[in-house]
Amino acid sequence: MSLSAQLINLMAALLLLIAFAMLSQRRILSLIHLYAWQGVVLATNNIVIGYSTGQTHLYYSALLTFALKAILLPWILHRLIVRLNIRWDVETLINIPATMLVGIALVVFAFNLALPISQLAGTITRSTLGIAIAIVLLSFLMMITRRKAVPQVIGFLALENGLFFAATSATYGMPLAVELGIALDVLVGVLILGIFFFQVREAFDSLDLRHMEKLKETDQ
Amino acid sequence: MTLPAVLPLDIVVGVVLYWLVLGVAGLVRPQHLVFVSRVLFPLSVAGALALTVAAAVSVTQPPAAAVLPLGLPDLPFHLRLDALSAFFIALLGFAVTGISLFSSGYFRHGQGTAPGLLCLQYHVFLSAMVLVLLADDAYLFMVAWETMAVSSYFLVIASHRIPEIRSAGFLYLLLAHLGAIGILLAFGVTHGAGGDYTFDGMRQSQLSNFWASTAFLLALFGFGAKAGLLPLHAWLPEAHPAAPSPVSALMSGVMLKTAIYGMLRVTFDLLPFQLWWWGVVALVLGLLTALFGVMFAAVQTEMKRLLAYSSIEHIGIVVAGFGLTIIFHAYDNPQLAALALVATLYHCLNHACFKSLLFLATGSVLHATRERRLGKLGGLIQSMPWVGALALVGTLAIAGLPPLNGFVSEWLLLQAFLFSPGLPNPYLNMLVPLGSAALVLASALAAYVMVKFYGVIFLGQPRDPGLAKAHDAGGWERAGLAWLAAACVLLGVFPFGVIALLDHVTLPLVRYAVGANAGEHGWLLLAPVSAARASYAPLLFLLGIAGGVGVTFLAVRKFYHGRVRRDLPWDCGYLALTPRMQDTAEGFGQPIKQIFEPFFRIKRHMPGPFDAQPYYSATTEDRFWHWLYVPVVKFNHRVSEWVSVLQHGRIYLYLLYSFVTLIALLLLAR
Repeated sequence: MSLSAQLINLMAALLLLIAFAMLSQRRILSLIHLYAWQGVVLATNNIVIGYSTGQTHLYYSALLTFALKAILLPWILHRLIVRLNIRWDVETLINIPATMLVGIALVVFAFNLALPISQLAGTITRSTLGIAIAIVLLSFLMMITRRKAVPQVIGFLALENGLFFAATSATYGMPLAVELGIALDVLVGVLILGIFFFQVREAFDSLDLRHMEKLKETDQ
Repeated sequence: MTLPAVLPLDIVVGVVLYWLVLGVAGLVRPQHLVFVSRVLFPLSVAGALALTVAAAVSVTQPPAAAVLPLGLPDLPFHLRLDALSAFFIALLGFAVTGISLFSSGYFRHGQGTAPGLLCLQYHVFLSAMVLVLLADDAYLFMVAWETMAVSSYFLVIASHRIPEIRSAGFLYLLLAHLGAIGILLAFGVTHGAGGDYTFDGMRQSQLSNFWASTAFLLALFGFGAKAGLLPLHAWLPEAHPAAPSPVSALMSGVMLKTAIYGMLRVTFDLLPFQLWWWGVVALVLGLLTALFGVMFAAVQTEMKRLLAYSSIEHIGIVVAGFGLTIIFHAYDNPQLAALALVATLYHCLNHACFKSLLFLATGSVLHATRERRLGKLGGLIQSMPWVGALALVGTLAIAGLPPLNGFVSEWLLLQAFLFSPGLPNPYLNMLVPLGSAALVLASALAAYVMVKFYGVIFLGQPRDPGLAKAHDAGGWERAGLAWLAAACVLLGVFPFGVIALLDHVTLPLVRYAVGANAGEHGWLLLAPVSAARASYAPLLFLLGIAGGVGVTFLAVRKFYHGRVRRDLPWDCGYLALTPRMQDTAEGFGQPIKQIFEPFFRIKRHMPGPFDAQPYYSATTEDRFWHWLYVPVVKFNHRVSEWVSVLQHGRIYLYLLYSFVTLIALLLLAR
């Protein structure tokens, strides 16, 4: 196995590790840091793939990923929690060890799912598709198990990272125009959600999503 | 250099644009009533007249087509003006001329929607109807059809501050959309090779019996919802009373006809063949609708509801004629098919005239008295002689009395029914005479209903002292009513010109022209098949009636004059006869209520002997409401309750639903 392939596998492993770390992390500030690290690893991964396959557009993609996911979004989220004054610990719905066990089951499932695709694919990154799917599922799990609004948004962003990673590993990345579009969408999404947080806190005096249960139509 | 000749199609498209400009002009000063009603609406009349003339001329001309550079890329709007569209556009232009004339004097302040906005909605509605009739591809047809539905919805809820009117409008919108789904699916089934949705492509499509029948039934359902065929009629008696009177006139007189146009277009033009049992379905449905409509009209106690039910009846008659045309056409009897089609189209034209006239007359009554309940009206012919006289023409026409126009089309349709023995199907030979009996019953009951309508409103004594001060309609309103009343008379006395025009419509559709036959005995005698079997000479009839009346009048004047003794009639020993003792709308409808009791859902409250405040009340409800609509609503509620079990309002549960679905799909898909 060539050096670049090994490097790519290393990056994939790091990403999976970060995803598990996010799943087990209780503090919001640490969650944001983990998210930033995920962005750094994604950008590095893009550079390695771009270097080994000669696809120059992946360098631009790496630059964009780094600027957006390692710097800009974590900074926005950081400012948000400072202004909302919510650095405190995250409450989870299910306890952390149980979540981790479910996470392991999901990773096994994801690898099983990706196996036939990896065998058919001829790309250098073929073995990482399973990890990409696993990251998507783990981030989804994180969104489900968190009760506060900010960790859910971080889970959503991590899910997008997983999809991005899946795209790079399956087809050496999407066309640059599509990537730019998605990056803009994510940015706008975070900005809107930031405004939304303030509105939610104003309405309920809290960012706990349990209060939203009052919003449903029927009274049962 | 020669100027390019102006084609009728150009004029029609020009009038559509002109109307849209007039509508937008209404927004310039939306609250300025005089500007909108005295300037814009009369200008609109000029457009309607131009439209009538252009369309009537183009009935005789070969079809003209055009492609508009509008619509989606690669999907332009196709227009086509053939004889069928031209006939319906002429009908529209003719009725709109009268209605717009009337509207110029009708609208007042304080009806909810501002006059300028109402003007925009009115003209968008008119333009959309013309485009429905012009459309030559399914795309433009649906766009225009939906524009028509939405603009008329806004017109119906013009007085949107009243909750009942809002809910009536909602019911209308709901059924309009339900119908649109049916039409859309019908076009989907009929589409040509490679998803070609121009009507030309559809004409060439190869359909099996099953798919052609599916398309026909879907179209019958879709257009039936707009026309008010039996189970889908519920919106008519709600929406027509809710709308301002000119709008009711437009909807009943013109918009219902676009649905008939759609049925004819899909069945005879787009579908490659017609099966005989389609005709039986339409015939039976039409006759049931006609009987249902007239029975309910007989027991109504509110004038516009009564007219709405009467519209259901007439649409039923038209659809029965449509069904008969299909039967004859499928059995390859072009002569009778053409006769039935002529009767159908002629009845459409007649209904547009007399129903618009009567709805407008109720508008004048409503303005003069602020009263729509029949029980509070009466004796208005004294205070409103113009409206009374013109409404009388409409009443006689709608009752199907010769020599007015209602008689001509009903007579033609009956001829078509009576010539039918000789069909190769014995069951049909038994069914069709039954159908003609039902048609005669419906016409007779319609006359009964109209006697009630006119008698209770205009004749007798005013039931309320305020009615004596009711003012007659203004000049604009009179002009509008007179235009339509004149049409009722002329269409009745000189039907030959119209029938000759209709030849150009029936020739491409059923490959036969009746008019050549009908006209061969000169323009005095109408004999659609042969003079030996049946003929009708309307002008002689008119002269006969006029002569008979004149002679009687003179005789009475000559021989009895001076011998008349005026005295109070015997009042059965009562001390004082009051206007409340007159026959009421309820009383007049009582025999029908008794005879057809099982068809109604009647709730009565009888006063008991010991009641401190005895009162009597009776309401008649539509059984279909409880058979069809209420169960659907209940079912909907129950399903919503089941689904709402899933709704906890917890975001993580919603996420979990998506997550589980995703995992399940991934498991399935591998």
